[in-house]
Amino acid sequence: MSLEAILFQALNGLAAASSLFFVGAGLSLIFGVTRIINIAHGSFYMLGLYLAATFATKLVGGLGFWGGILAAALVVAALGALVELLLLRRIYQAPELFQLLATFALVLIFNDMAQYVWGPEDLLGPRAPGLRGSVEILGRNFPSYDLFLIAIGPLVLLLLHLMLAKTRFGRLIRAATQDREMVGALGVNQAMLFTVVFALGAFLAGFGGALQVAREPANLGLDLVVISDAFVVVVVGGMGSITGAFLAAVIIAEVKALCIGIGLVHFGAVAVNFSKLTLVAEFLVMAIVLIARPYGLLGRPQGAVRNPAEIDDPIRPATWPLKAASAALLIGLLLLPLADKASPYALVLGIDVLIAILFATSLHFIMGPGGMHSFGHAAYFGLGAYGAALMVKFLAVATPVALIAAPLAALMGALLFGWFAVRLSGVYLAMLTLAFAQIVWSILFQWEEVTGGSNGILGIWPQPPFDTRPAFYLLTLALVVAGVLLLRCFLFAPFGYAIRAGRDSALRAESIGINVKRVHWIAFAIAGAFAGIAGGAFAFAKGTISPDVAWVSRSIDAMVMVLLGGIQTLAGPSVGAAVFTVLQDNVMRQTTFWRGLLGAVILLLVLVFPGGIVGALSKRMAARRKPA
Amino acid sequence: MSAAMLEVERLTAWYGAAQILFEPSFHIGRGEVVALMGRNGAGKSTTLKALMALIPQRSGTVRFLGEDISHLKPFEIARRGLGFVPEDRRIFSDLTVLENLDVGRQPLRHHPDGRPAPSWVPEKLFTIFPNLGEMPDRRGAQMSGGEQQMLTVARTLMGNPLLVLLDEPSEGVAPVIVEQMANTIVELKKEGLSVLLSEQNIHFAQLVCDRAYVLEKGQLQWHGRMADLANDVTVQRRLLSV
Repeated sequence: MSLEAILFQALNGLAAASSLFFVGAGLSLIFGVTRIINIAHGSFYMLGLYLAATFATKLVGGLGFWGGILAAALVVAALGALVELLLLRRIYQAPELFQLLATFALVLIFNDMAQYVWGPEDLLGPRAPGLRGSVEILGRNFPSYDLFLIAIGPLVLLLLHLMLAKTRFGRLIRAATQDREMVGALGVNQAMLFTVVFALGAFLAGFGGALQVAREPANLGLDLVVISDAFVVVVVGGMGSITGAFLAAVIIAEVKALCIGIGLVHFGAVAVNFSKLTLVAEFLVMAIVLIARPYGLLGRPQGAVRNPAEIDDPIRPATWPLKAASAALLIGLLLLPLADKASPYALVLGIDVLIAILFATSLHFIMGPGGMHSFGHAAYFGLGAYGAALMVKFLAVATPVALIAAPLAALMGALLFGWFAVRLSGVYLAMLTLAFAQIVWSILFQWEEVTGGSNGILGIWPQPPFDTRPAFYLLTLALVVAGVLLLRCFLFAPFGYAIRAGRDSALRAESIGINVKRVHWIAFAIAGAFAGIAGGAFAFAKGTISPDVAWVSRSIDAMVMVLLGGIQTLAGPSVGAAVFTVLQDNVMRQTTFWRGLLGAVILLLVLVFPGGIVGALSKRMAARRKPA
Repeated sequence: MSAAMLEVERLTAWYGAAQILFEPSFHIGRGEVVALMGRNGAGKSTTLKALMALIPQRSGTVRFLGEDISHLKPFEIARRGLGFVPEDRRIFSDLTVLENLDVGRQPLRHHPDGRPAPSWVPEKLFTIFPNLGEMPDRRGAQMSGGEQQMLTVARTLMGNPLLVLLDEPSEGVAPVIVEQMANTIVELKKEGLSVLLSEQNIHFAQLVCDRAYVLEKGQLQWHGRMADLANDVTVQRRLLSV
């Protein structure tokens, strides 16, 4: 490809960088002051784009378009202020995980709101009045509007920089980023500052989205695509650095644009289509930056966040009533195939529940005792499912062999991604795991020759003797019971103590000789492998899999299961998975807006019921045992 | 002694399940400099933080200028005219000296009788803390411990407080700075400011304080005139010496 073509692609990249920068900068500003990672930031972008497209079509002319962009951003800013006032204000003191989940619930709710208002079809805005034409650059036509986009990025960077450096508001933001409690003790109304900063961040995201109105159609998938990109931008640029966000946005956008520009390349006999490697390229950039500079290009180590959340109670071995109840439950589950004749659906649902239990328990393993809040656990579920399915598709192996391949495939992925993930903690880890899962999903989606693309892989049925429903149910039961018990054993072994020691105080754990990063890395890999087993069983249970197995919503489902059951308990994930799966089967499928409903359930859990089912039960038991 | 500005009754505070303060009651009059003394861990810093509502779990009554402030938020308490200088300084290290001062800036305040509180601007603070005047554009991170200590006092004064809660200004700084701090407190007293000084160092407290309260394990064990405490070796040995 010629030098001109590369330069032309680079210009394209710069045009895309501006919006990415706005979203990243907003995310970064909000995190700095409130310490909340707003996962709904991609949703603000999406809503900004929808609103701008609507304004521009309804109000014809320059005012409708240019005024519409500004109006869209302002509406999104107002929405941001509302979110801060009604929701976030209640959870600043809550554990980080709940804050992340609450903002994720907003993603679900906003997405259904957008679907309700604008419908499922893409919405394309008009071209920009006054900038419809194109300019000839390097012998090609370059849209004038894109030149405008290239210019506005640095302009906003300059404005933000001036605001932060020269105004009292900016000084307060910078001061609060370092020590918000002290800012309050000096007489500054923190609550107001938080609301304004959140609105400003939302404005930037909405503005970024609205500006794209003449470039790309609004669609319902944008929220998660944009937030993954924004996460990569802030991780690469360094959390809290606006200039870093700009730099990272340019780098990421350039790398993507160049990948698309390079297109199909033949290395000898092998043809590589670079335009399908955009997400992998993004990952590589992030990986290199994280290895060289763990806090991003211009970031600095964050001071220890004063986390007001209480320390978890120690976990305790099962009491004999719990053991007896579990044994009784197990016998009941073993007898379930007898009901197959009467109601065949019981076993289908039973298999779903069992798979969910193993999946949720494996997530709990790193989330509860490990304190690593993975927002991308579905990646390992998906790798397991595809690992098993590909063995069947290409090598036609026996079912047990495929079920061994499943955890191995997941283990590989978890070892690779986990190595990066354990180097970060808290919100960084959440962002990174989500981004990794997006990458796995896009590989499954884009690598059509192997994975079948969006069609997935069909006809993966268990071979004899597991080809009957009861037999496969029993196989699943055996795998799940063994998996859950084994994970439990790990937690009561010294290795399990080390995991929790690393969670409660990484520094103290290190000083008594625990290699916290390695312990957590191994835990991450173990959890991934067990999720892989669940994924493998899932492939055989359904017979067909598609990239959806690794999609973000499956990751979030697992988190909701864990929280529903109670994150501080060991039996919680099992109970939560069972309740969630049965509920989803009965209720969620009845309504079109199940995502919004799920979002509402998450908010309810976070705000009202933070201990989960088992947490609430054991609290009641403890109260009964200890009459006050 | 004039009427009490700050009256504290049966103050308690917890960190999680651990109770730190066991109902000390005390008061500070207008224009007074009062020492809150005790060994490490006696609850001095916790008392000051509880007064500023920086500790969520607390009870008791705190009246400032006759108003019950125990249910106000920290920023509201600060805006009533109660200034807080934390022990660990908590300078905004990314911000310059002038920017740090600007974050502390609040409108001029008046006493209930209408007389204005001492008002502060950077230029006036630089006459008290000449070192700061020499480095208005230096970032907090590049300052020495003593300079940071001056800055944290100056930053709180920018809020034009009526009463300052000063947490161990002599801790961990060079003797020359300690001396300067003592002069500063005397200076502030002359300006009409009231001060509650948390301190373990009796020699320092003796230089500047009118009265003293002594805490041990979160309980008030002694109170009286500073001069009496300075002369009472038995009490000092029992409650202060390490």
